[in-house]
Amino acid sequence: MSAETTNPEAKLTAKEFVTDQDVRWCPGCGDYSILKQVQSVMPEIGIKREDIVFISGIGCSSRFPYYMETFGLHGIHGRAAAISSGLKAVRPELSVWMVTGDGDCLSIGGNHFIHLLRRNFDIKVLLFNNEIYGLTKGQYSPASPLGKVTKSTPMGSVDHPFNPLALALGADGTFIARSMDRDPKHLREILMRANKHRGTALVEIYQNCNVFNDGAFEVFTEKSSKKMETLFVEQGKPLIFGENADKGIKLDGFKPVIVDLANGASANDLWIHDETDAVKASILVRFFDKADKPGHLPRPFGIFYTEDRFTYEDALSAQVNEAMAKGADLDALLRGKNTWTI
Amino acid sequence: METIEKKSAKNAEVKDAQSVVILFAGDSGDGIQLTGSQFTNTAALLGNDISTFPNFPAEIRAPQGTLAGVSGFQLHFGSVNVYTAGDVCDVLVVMNAAALKANLKSLKKAGTIIANSDGFDPKNLDLAKYPKGVNPLTDGSLEGYRVITMDVTKLTRLCLADSGMGTKDIDRSKNMFVLGFIYWMYNRDLNFTIEFLKEQFKKKPELIDANTKVLKAGYSFGDTTETPMTRYNVKSAPMEKGTYRNIMGNQAAALGLIAAANKSGLKIFYGTYPITPASDILHELSKYKNFGVKTFQAEDEIAGITSAIGASFGGALGITASSGPGIALKGEAIGLAVMLELPLVIINVQRGGPSTGLPTKTEQADLFQALYGRNGECPAVVVAANSPSDCFTMAYEACRIAVEHMIPVFLLTDGYIANGSEPWRFPNAADLKPIKVEFAKAGAEKFLPYKRDEKLSRPWAIPGTKGLEHRIGGIEKQNETGNISYDPENHEFMVKLRQEKVDRIANYIPEVKVEQGKEKGKLLVLGWGSTYGSIKTAVRDSLAAGIDVSQAHVKYMNPLPKNLGAILKNFDKVLIPEMNMGQFATVVRDRFMIDAIRLNKVQGMPFTAEEIISKIKELAK
Ligand code: SF4
Repeated sequence: MSAETTNPEAKLTAKEFVTDQDVRWCPGCGDYSILKQVQSVMPEIGIKREDIVFISGIGCSSRFPYYMETFGLHGIHGRAAAISSGLKAVRPELSVWMVTGDGDCLSIGGNHFIHLLRRNFDIKVLLFNNEIYGLTKGQYSPASPLGKVTKSTPMGSVDHPFNPLALALGADGTFIARSMDRDPKHLREILMRANKHRGTALVEIYQNCNVFNDGAFEVFTEKSSKKMETLFVEQGKPLIFGENADKGIKLDGFKPVIVDLANGASANDLWIHDETDAVKASILVRFFDKADKPGHLPRPFGIFYTEDRFTYEDALSAQVNEAMAKGADLDALLRGKNTWTI
Repeated sequence: METIEKKSAKNAEVKDAQSVVILFAGDSGDGIQLTGSQFTNTAALLGNDISTFPNFPAEIRAPQGTLAGVSGFQLHFGSVNVYTAGDVCDVLVVMNAAALKANLKSLKKAGTIIANSDGFDPKNLDLAKYPKGVNPLTDGSLEGYRVITMDVTKLTRLCLADSGMGTKDIDRSKNMFVLGFIYWMYNRDLNFTIEFLKEQFKKKPELIDANTKVLKAGYSFGDTTETPMTRYNVKSAPMEKGTYRNIMGNQAAALGLIAAANKSGLKIFYGTYPITPASDILHELSKYKNFGVKTFQAEDEIAGITSAIGASFGGALGITASSGPGIALKGEAIGLAVMLELPLVIINVQRGGPSTGLPTKTEQADLFQALYGRNGECPAVVVAANSPSDCFTMAYEACRIAVEHMIPVFLLTDGYIANGSEPWRFPNAADLKPIKVEFAKAGAEKFLPYKRDEKLSRPWAIPGTKGLEHRIGGIEKQNETGNISYDPENHEFMVKLRQEKVDRIANYIPEVKVEQGKEKGKLLVLGWGSTYGSIKTAVRDSLAAGIDVSQAHVKYMNPLPKNLGAILKNFDKVLIPEMNMGQFATVVRDRFMIDAIRLNKVQGMPFTAEEIISKIKELAK
């Protein structure tokens, strides 16, 4: 329902989604760019400002609601998913956006995150992944790569990291996408699609923390390496990447292999992206090797998987409406079945 | 208490009794709870006052016949008012040897034992850990009690011999035989139970017939047996005029929530995680979706409360419930609700602690947790129910305070009153106190989310209201604007403001009354929560014995009633019985500098009236 509420009044501008609060992120933080894209997408989604709610947990990214001129709730660490679920359960008509980080969402809030995905509340989840704890000043996160040297891991992290999108797919998420702070156009497109999805829409956004983890995603964002290291997937299009769009990926059974289009491989044999194919999505989310691994696959961006499944709030409301149609009499309830009079 | 004696026409004499305590005990599979609740309802319909207390084993399906598997249902009914399930029982009904062994200590001297002899075969005796060759029914160890044995299994099988049913199914009706016999003993009508069976087995008419037949056979067993027997008449009690129903505490709490939602025009969102002994509130509420109730079985305790906070933000009546361990997990979120200043009801059905403690047993040791168990200066409103039916009243009050004052409110109950039952003179919906709720609307001026009224309550501005877009959160904020503020003076100001907001609620709650005894005197017995029944009985009986003692009971724990201090100062001594190590006594000392005498019991079991009486006697000397 959220996406369908039309705005009868004059269209708002991005400016009207800016609050009077000073933005307190470090200069140069990737969060600024994301904030800007979200503010610019809001007028486009056709939902009244008062019907939009931003909910967050704790962390740098979780300051987000204070900067959005909508309704907002800055919750406690890890619990944004549960707060959003409760709100959505009682107010299905609202457009609910949850803002979270890799620590908030995958560590302390991991339990709520997986349950949100399986229940499929119609909530848009913006997961700002910077692979570090920023607000607590630089400890490794569950998304930090193995061996990461941080304040709490001077000899390198021995924690095997989460693959957030594989986790989401495993939890039966119905919309799984990845974008990045440094590609505003792509981010806007993905946000628009997330808004349209009815169900939990997870958008992982690679976000640079220039203070504690600068350059974590450099290979994907810098001009010199972006074309080789990234793979932008689009529905119905073949998987092509490379300096001159000269590399492709085809499936050898279930195994993805890189082929050289310049050296005789045919574009017709390539893997065609189908975001409704769960099996392909499960392979695609596993394109997760580090860029220094020889023969590694490029990191995909775009919409990995979508599925049309009933939302929790719709199913709950249907039961409640069905029961309410039968009527409710408080006096009869208080009286119960067996009474006696003295 | 047996009074008049008559001779009955047959083998049985008939006596009048003022009040009787029966304890049904057997395997979880013996239908003990059902037998108990059937007798309860029948007694209630006859106008007896009644109080019950089920005693569940800790394990769901402990091995049959063992001590760990014994399930009990104690009921106290009388022609006088009864306030507890009874200190000791007059009649102990045991379906097997383990049930006898586990409960004999609760039977009064010269009390009656009704034993199913089939449950005392060598196998059952062994399971109950009686030494080889020892059978308490035959070895003389029960001399001094009146023992009535009957082979319930055999008699039931005999009765249904030509029913065509299998032995296993037949044996399921055993409890009806016992129930029929007890009905005979107390001269009760079988009709209520027969009607119940008709309803229960609507789809299996053969079971209606079978169970009714066994029930009647149990009744006629009393009439025909050769053993000399005593039958008792328990007349109706002097109850206040009105229409009654029987109700359990958890059920009453659920109805209180629904009634409050109904009267306030709000819809309930109940976010919770299963936990003993609070889950029955969830079960009950989930039946009433027709009232617009939305129940949400969350992934954990924290999600239970935070989803309720989200729902309250959206304009629903957010409620969560748990028991001590779950409340511990919710602590941080309660702090958030205190900062957000949103309505929220948090129910704690207390059980024995700490940690997992005694999940199926009762205790009042979470008062400190409710009052203080959070980081920072984090005051919450706390109310406590004192009996099963009072759970309705206090659940209603918790909701009223939460929405009218925009504040989180704790409701404390405990395993004893949550699972116990009593007659309830239920109210008319129209007579319930109105609950005023108004969502904020946009005005000409800029909207200030933390602007306050005379109660210091802030506006409830729900998403979807044009012009009220605003942000709230757990970070310290400026008053009125709600903007983040790290200013030192502002923080202290806000801490004091949140405290003052709670304190002012004292103007909106009833005063406490001296319920029994003089307004001024030597000794006041002060209680809170589920000790009410035992204290009331103890003070009543002490007054009858000529002791100068008074009784008052607190239901609003924070803020406390305004007149409590004045009442306490009217007595030389104050005695506070509590099922903890003296938590309320500590609060009383803190607030009023009165060093109350403590009577503490931490055994997972309620006080007996006798325990309190002996303390009163000691202090009255
Ligand atoms: S610490 Fe990192 S993530 Fe946080 S605001 Fe600063 S740059 Fe951004």
